[in-house]
Amino acid sequence: MAYAEGGETIAEFVDTTKRFGKVLAADRLNLKIGKGEFLSFLGPSGCGKTTALRMLAGFEPPTEGRILIDGQDIGAEPAHRRPVNMVFQHYALFPHMTVAENVGYGLRQRRPKLAKDDIAARVARALDTVRLGDFGPRRIWEMSGGQQQRVALARAIVNEPKILLLDEPMAALDAKLRGQMQMELLSLQRKLGITFILVTHDQQEALSMSDRICIMGKGRISQIGTPRELYDRPANRYVADFVGRANILPGTVIRNIGEHALVRLASNHDVVVEAPRPVSPGDKVDIAIRPEALRLGTAAEPGLPDITATVAHMTFLGEHVEYLLRHPDLGELQVMVPRQAERALPGVDVGTQLHVLWDQGNGLILGQD
Amino acid sequence: MTKARARWLLLGPAGLWYAALLVLPLAVVLVYSLGERAPAGGYAPALTLAQYANLGSRWTAFQNTLVLAPVGTLAALLIAYPLAYFLAVKSNPRWRTALLVLVIVPFWTSILIRSYAWIFLLGGRGIPALLADLGLGDIRLINTPFAVLVGIVYGYLPLMVFPIYVSLERLDKRLLEASSDLGAPPWRSFLQVTLPLSLPGVATGSMLVFILLMGEYLIPQMLGGGKVFFVGNALVDLFLQSRNWAFGSAMAVTLVAVMLVTVTLYMRFLSRIGAARDDVGLM
Repeated sequence: MAYAEGGETIAEFVDTTKRFGKVLAADRLNLKIGKGEFLSFLGPSGCGKTTALRMLAGFEPPTEGRILIDGQDIGAEPAHRRPVNMVFQHYALFPHMTVAENVGYGLRQRRPKLAKDDIAARVARALDTVRLGDFGPRRIWEMSGGQQQRVALARAIVNEPKILLLDEPMAALDAKLRGQMQMELLSLQRKLGITFILVTHDQQEALSMSDRICIMGKGRISQIGTPRELYDRPANRYVADFVGRANILPGTVIRNIGEHALVRLASNHDVVVEAPRPVSPGDKVDIAIRPEALRLGTAAEPGLPDITATVAHMTFLGEHVEYLLRHPDLGELQVMVPRQAERALPGVDVGTQLHVLWDQGNGLILGQD
Repeated sequence: MTKARARWLLLGPAGLWYAALLVLPLAVVLVYSLGERAPAGGYAPALTLAQYANLGSRWTAFQNTLVLAPVGTLAALLIAYPLAYFLAVKSNPRWRTALLVLVIVPFWTSILIRSYAWIFLLGGRGIPALLADLGLGDIRLINTPFAVLVGIVYGYLPLMVFPIYVSLERLDKRLLEASSDLGAPPWRSFLQVTLPLSLPGVATGSMLVFILLMGEYLIPQMLGGGKVFFVGNALVDLFLQSRNWAFGSAMAVTLVAVMLVTVTLYMRFLSRIGAARDDVGLM
C-alpha cells in the first residue's frame, strides 16, 4: 500500500536520537510510517538503520526523542510488551525446540493463556503460509538456510503484529534464493496487510520491494521517498551515489529554463538538466546523470554538446554493456549501453574515441549533502 | 598412510595407557574380590562370593557416600549456577577474565592445606566459638556430615562453575532478544531459553562433581574425623589397616557398579527431560 501524506500512521519517530557513549548512532530521526506500508531503511553498515529498527523493537531505548506506535509513546515499554515482531538477521531460532515449537513460542507467552488447540491451529496456518506445512515436527538444524528463514518469518507473523521488523533477513541466502524470497515476502505483505519495515544494505532489494525507502547515512535520514523518486530525483550526492550509479559532475549555472537549467560543465560543454531546487546564474552545482541516460555514438549529433571521450574499459553484463570512458576535463564517465544499441558501435575497443551523447533534460542538479 | 594405521597411531597411546592402568587393574580387583584374606593379611586365591555377602557390615560407608555425593552435587549446582550466570551474562566483560581466575585461585593451593583451614574454621575455636559468643548456644560443626558437605562443596565448586559458565557464555544473546520480542518477560526467557540451553553445562558439571565425590577420601577423612566416612575411607582402611584385600576389592567393585548404575540413570533422566541432544551426548 502506498504511503499517503495524511493517511493512517502506524509508527512515528519524533526527534529520536540514540547515542552509544560518544557515538551518535541515530541523529534526530523524524519519520512517519503508514499503516500497511512496506518501508525500507537503506544504507551502508553503521548508518544507523539497524539502530532505528532496534529502537522500534524495544531493544535499545532512545537517548532523546520519542517513538510512537499507534499514537502511543512506547519509549519506556520493554520489548516483550510491544505489538511488533522481528525477523532476525541470522533468524535466532531456538535450537532446543522443533519448528512448530519455535513458531508457537510467541503464542505461548500470551496471558491469559491461549488454548492448546488454538495455538496448534494458528501454528499450522502460519507454517502453511510460508509453505512449510509438513515441517512442524522437524528440528531446526535439519532445516536449510532458506527454510530457517521461513520458520523465522512464520514465528513472527503468527503473532499478528502491528509491525513486522525485518533485519537484513535475506543477507545469509544465496542470490537466487534471495530473489525468490523477496517475491514471497512482498506477496505475503500484500496478503497480510501488515506494515513491514525492512533494514537492508542491498539497494536492489530495497528498490524492488519497498513502497518507500528511507536512505540513511551517518545516523541521519538523507532522503525518504518512493523507489522511483529516489532514483529519478536523488536529493543529494550521497543518495545519488548509493541508489543506483551516477556520474556526478561539477558545473556552473548559466541560466534558468523553467524547471530546468542550462549548466556549463568543466569541459565548457553546456547541458540542459532538471533543477529540482531554485538556482541562480553563477551558482556552482553538482550534476548527477545515470549511466543509462547517456548514449554513445560514432558521430556527434546536432543540437547536443559534442563530448568526445576515450573508451577505458568495457564490462559485459549480459543485456547491457558497461562502458567506462575517460575525458580530459570531466574525468571518468560511466555509460550503460543496451546490447541492441551496441550494434551501432562496431569495432569499438579500449582506446577508441567515442561521442558521449547527453540528451536535453537528462540529469539533474543535486542539493547539498 | 593408510586409514587403519592412522587410527592405531591416534588411539594407540591412550589405548595402551587405559589397558595397562585401568582395564588390567580392574580385572585384578575383580579377581581379588572373589578371593579370601590371607591369614597374615593380603590376598589368598579362592572362588567365593563371601566378600560380597559381607558388604552389609560396611553399609554406613555406602550410605554416607550415596547421600552426601548427590546432596553435595546438588548444593554445588545451586551455588555454582548463579555464580556462572553472573560471570557469563551480568559481569563486566573487562573484569570477566580476572573474575574467572579468582574462581580457579583456590586450586593453586593443595586441597590438603585448604581442608586444614576448614578444620580450624569449623573446629571448636572457629565458627562455633563465634556463634557461641553471639549467644546461639553450643553448636558442633567439625566431624559432622555438615562439615563434610561444606568441604566437598567448597572443594569441587570450580568444577561445577566452569562447564556451566561455558554453556552460558556460548549462548547466543540474540535468542534472548527473540524471546523478549515474542512476548516473554525476562524470567520466562530464562526458564524457556537460557536454562534449557545451559543444561549441557549443568550435566557436565554435575557428572564431574558427582563421580569425583563418589570416590572422595580426603575431605571425609579430615572434616569427618572418622565419624563420617565414605566408601573411599573404608577402602583405605581395608587395604592398609585391616589388610583384607579381598573384602576391599569386593567393595571397590561394588562402588564401580553403583556408580555405573547411578550415572546411567542420570543420563536417562537427562534425555527424558529433553536435554540429551547431540551436544549433551559428549558426556
